Amino acid sequence: MSRKIFSRRLDKIFKILGISFMVFSLLVLLVLLIDVFLDGKSRLTWGFLTSFPSRKPQQAGILSAWVGSVWIMITTAIFALPLGIGAGIYLEEYARKNRLTKFIEINIANLAGVPSIIYGLLGLGLFVRYLNLDRSVLAGGLTLALLVLPIIILSTQQALRAIPFSIREASYAVGATKWQTVRHQLLPAALGNIMTGVILAMSRAIGETAPLITIGALTYIAFLPQSPIIFLKNFPFVRFSLKGMFDPFTVLPIQIFNWVSRPQKGFFTNAAAGIIVLLCLTLIMNISAILLRHHYQGKIRW
Amino acid sequence: MVENIQKPIFKIQNLSAFYGAKEVLRKININILSNSVTAIIGPSGCGKSTFVRSLNRINDLILNFRVQGKIFYHNKNIYDKDVDVVELRRKVGMVFQKPNPFPKSIYENIAYGLKIHNFIKKEMIDEIVEKSLKKAALWDEVKDNLKQNALSLSGGQQQRLCIARALAIEPEVILLDEPCSAIDPISTAKIEELIYELKKNYTIIIVTHNMQQAARVSDYTAFFLSGELIEFGKTEEVFKAPKDRRTEDYITGRFG
Ligand SMILES: Nc1ncnc2c1ncn2[C@@H]1O[C@H](COP(=O)(O)OP(=O)(O)OP(=O)(O)O)[C@@H](O)[C@H]1O
Ligand SMILES: [Mg+2]
Repeated sequence: MSRKIFSRRLDKIFKILGISFMVFSLLVLLVLLIDVFLDGKSRLTWGFLTSFPSRKPQQAGILSAWVGSVWIMITTAIFALPLGIGAGIYLEEYARKNRLTKFIEINIANLAGVPSIIYGLLGLGLFVRYLNLDRSVLAGGLTLALLVLPIIILSTQQALRAIPFSIREASYAVGATKWQTVRHQLLPAALGNIMTGVILAMSRAIGETAPLITIGALTYIAFLPQSPIIFLKNFPFVRFSLKGMFDPFTVLPIQIFNWVSRPQKGFFTNAAAGIIVLLCLTLIMNISAILLRHHYQGKIRW
Repeated sequence: MVENIQKPIFKIQNLSAFYGAKEVLRKININILSNSVTAIIGPSGCGKSTFVRSLNRINDLILNFRVQGKIFYHNKNIYDKDVDVVELRRKVGMVFQKPNPFPKSIYENIAYGLKIHNFIKKEMIDEIVEKSLKKAALWDEVKDNLKQNALSLSGGQQQRLCIARALAIEPEVILLDEPCSAIDPISTAKIEELIYELKKNYTIIIVTHNMQQAARVSDYTAFFLSGELIEFGKTEEVFKAPKDRRTEDYITGRFG
């Protein structure tokens, strides 16, 4: 009897402890967010988003930083998505399950945990120096692509593994080839989870500073990479160009870092405003990951 | 053994099957006649599923699965190196023990097998979808929501959908692994009727735990016990006058 009362009390204590920990950590986060918001709200204007950095804090903006971030994200995605998803499919569906495959898989899992600055050093040696890409968007995007590749491979593998074996059997039993099974059954069924993994990987990439600083991304840039879409006066009126990939760039976290390290109070406000913009971007990406997962889970349940 | 009036479509010689080191089928010799229904009976775990899953090589998907011996399908050993497995599986269709519809619409489930192989006109596909669903006794229940996700069907409906899916690609042989284990008596009766109907054009191999069903639908019956083929013959003979004591015990229910 007394033991029952005791264990019930223990239950209650544990519950209260758990709740207080949760409330505490949420409070800390909330205080941080409010603090940043109060610091930065006076600079959150349209002009802030559309101005280049400047020596005068009042005129400085984050145009080159957010455009650079978007450029880097697109470049990263162009390389990391096909490579990562392709490698995931190969490892899970095609590769023989032998020691070598196992060894590769373990290494990929380890790569996902390697500190990002190491990728920066690799990018510096390989892309900037050896391939002579200089401090370009392309070098930055490729470096971050390497960084997120293991995450995308792993989430693709996990998404495929979550599909019941019986679906594969069903497909092969009506005479489908391996590729048809992957293309028509497995990929559509895994797409929700793969995309969720991809977006989470990309939202990690957007906050990365160290590897980009390592490859020498600039902190002060008063121009934009050439736009990929160029409007013309005459037919065909638009032209696409990837020349911007070879231009130098900066990104949001680097810009913020730069401002924080300045003594003037005005730059501090700018940094806070920049953080809010970066937070919003990350938040949007995470929310879309959740929505995607929700959307697909509604459609598929085994 | 059995006198061959019809010609054998499968000739199975000394078939042994292994999962890793574990032998689950031992030296099976059996001929399956075309346009007949062969029932496979035997206690749980005796290797019935493994046997039928060897016939369309679907067990190739299982990592450490291995067979010895030969399975001649139209006088060609299906385990030869030069056999086109995709072609084999289109000729030897299968309905699995557990219903496994694709997580897509009812229509897509059936159309899939047609679409991946030939360029068929949409109207043709529509027609085959309807015909297959009617054959599998599912049409009346789903004809108004062909766009509905197949996973929202009941277990029994899913199994009939899987039967329709197998029929749609018009195989020669249909392997049915306990197709009625999740189906109510009325649909079961419909399926049995269907099997009777299909016999004219198809060769059917059906695994079942239901003795009455085996007796009702099949022409030949094979009794398996711990990986061995104990008895094989005309269904009437196997049920009325079994030659082996163990067969008799199993049929009369004195046995596991
Ligand atoms: N994938 C597998 N890996 C290892 N062993 C297996 C595998 N599948 C089946 N077995 C074993 O092979 C033997 C035969 O299994 P099988 O599924 O063919 O039996 P069954 O006659 O169909 O039984 P049931 O009537 O319960 O469906 C069993 O002992 C089982 O444990
Ligand atoms: Mg079975």
